[in-house]
Amino acid sequence: MTNLTVNLPGLNLKNPIMPASGCFGFGKEYAQIYDLSQLGAIMIKAATVEMRLGNPTPRVAETASGMLNAIGLQNPGLHKIAGEELPWLERYDVPIIANVAGTTTEDYVEVAREISKSPNVHALEINISCPNVKQGGITFGTDPMVAQELTRAVKDVASVPVYIKLSPNVTDIVSIAKAVEEGGADGITMINTLLGMRLDPKTGRPIIANITGGLSGPAIKPVALRMVYEVRKQTDLPIIGMGGIATVDDVIDFLSAGANAVAVGTANFVNPFVCPEIIAQLPQKLHDLGYESVEELVGRSHRL
Amino acid sequence: MIRQERMQVIKQQQIAHHIFELTVQGELAADMAAPGQFVHVRVADSFEPLLRRPISVASIDFKLQQFTMIYRAEGRGTSLLAEKRAGDELDVLGPLGNGFPVEKAEKKAYLIGGGIGVPPLYELAKQLNKNGIETVHILGFESKQAVFYEDKFKELGETHIATVDGSHGTQGFVTHILNELPKDFDTYYSCGPTPMLEAVQWAFPEKRGFLSYEQRMGCGIGACFACVCRTTKSETDYIKVCSDGPVFPAGVVIA
Repeated sequence: MTNLTVNLPGLNLKNPIMPASGCFGFGKEYAQIYDLSQLGAIMIKAATVEMRLGNPTPRVAETASGMLNAIGLQNPGLHKIAGEELPWLERYDVPIIANVAGTTTEDYVEVAREISKSPNVHALEINISCPNVKQGGITFGTDPMVAQELTRAVKDVASVPVYIKLSPNVTDIVSIAKAVEEGGADGITMINTLLGMRLDPKTGRPIIANITGGLSGPAIKPVALRMVYEVRKQTDLPIIGMGGIATVDDVIDFLSAGANAVAVGTANFVNPFVCPEIIAQLPQKLHDLGYESVEELVGRSHRL
Repeated sequence: MIRQERMQVIKQQQIAHHIFELTVQGELAADMAAPGQFVHVRVADSFEPLLRRPISVASIDFKLQQFTMIYRAEGRGTSLLAEKRAGDELDVLGPLGNGFPVEKAEKKAYLIGGGIGVPPLYELAKQLNKNGIETVHILGFESKQAVFYEDKFKELGETHIATVDGSHGTQGFVTHILNELPKDFDTYYSCGPTPMLEAVQWAFPEKRGFLSYEQRMGCGIGACFACVCRTTKSETDYIKVCSDGPVFPAGVVIA
């Protein structure tokens, strides 16, 4: 029997597959079509202190093998998420990773403190990398010292392990990873979307109302894979890898590059059954490669 | 229940300029609960193009487990869809969204459609007629070349056509025809471009109406928050076109 389990700070995962934040809402839509308990974990949509309406539409545009989005962290706010969405998810046997967003350090601290009290929240993902909000978000993720201070502030108040979600929109992602490790992060999730844009060929106007959006989907996989590989070389922190994962082979690539687990984002929109399908395919794939467990395979590209 | 199914293509044909009619068969057809629901179609098994295409359903044959979609082949995705032939398989996710409430009409209904908003009104007209409701169809197109299903609608009731360039029917928009018609209906249903929906809504403030909206979509099931619209019901919320709609009662959506 192939062993799919993965043990990370706060997270005893049945398998290394989880839907990525922002691509799965709070699980209700996908719960209509399959049993969420099959998943390794669920990274829920970002929570901010106050509810956010997000950006004007159009919010998405298709690109070659990818898509741009600028949703703008639309969410019902911390109290509704902690009071309604998280209790609803308790019916499933699946750990929740709560995505925390804000515009100031105080915002992050408040959300982290409160949401980590929810019984099914097993870890936090600190979103210092959303490219679609004007204040906060990515500004915390591009300066190593700012990222480190925020990590410390959140670690002080969180009652569950803290994973920092890194942005690819930086010159040197390794320096940010090292900085958050120094700040006490329990793990890293990477990568968020790449800042991009698309124009209407007839008018020359940007298609997305926010002008720019975050690029995701298979188009960004090589960039994400390279970054996971580089960060793994420089740190022993657990890494949850993401960026264009759509098939079981993509999962093998990320694990090989050094990710301990992976998140599937945009592919859920293309095939809503993609996560359970990958979970079902993973044992055979590992067996074919000659591995008996996920943990044996992790980081194999560094051992060659 | 929403299902994802590889449906079999039964027939594909061009019925007007850039307009295609595609019939598929499979179990998903039996789950169609209301006219105006849509399906999300993957046009290629590769990741290029990546996203599914929301396509409207023009008629459902529950006995044969088939339904017919009508779409405009203009972009890359829909052009690929137009290449599908009988015998091919098509990855379809659906049925999605909430359709037109057929039971709301009492005696006489106006069905007002524009361009690629016309198809869902055909299944609606069929079901209304079956319930003994008289239907009047007011359909707008760009030009004579773009007109489709005129005869099929005529079989079900009084049908008026408007074309923007006047090459067929009345010159102008559907609202030009609406101004001339008696207001002796109890319910209207409309699907088409947002400015048309707005105009229809303003034309009949005292009538019961249901409007089907369009918006750029990601997932089609309500998870991605891409296709939102503001609502008159709440200042602090959006509604999702894909899962809360695409059909909303008149007066709810702020376009």
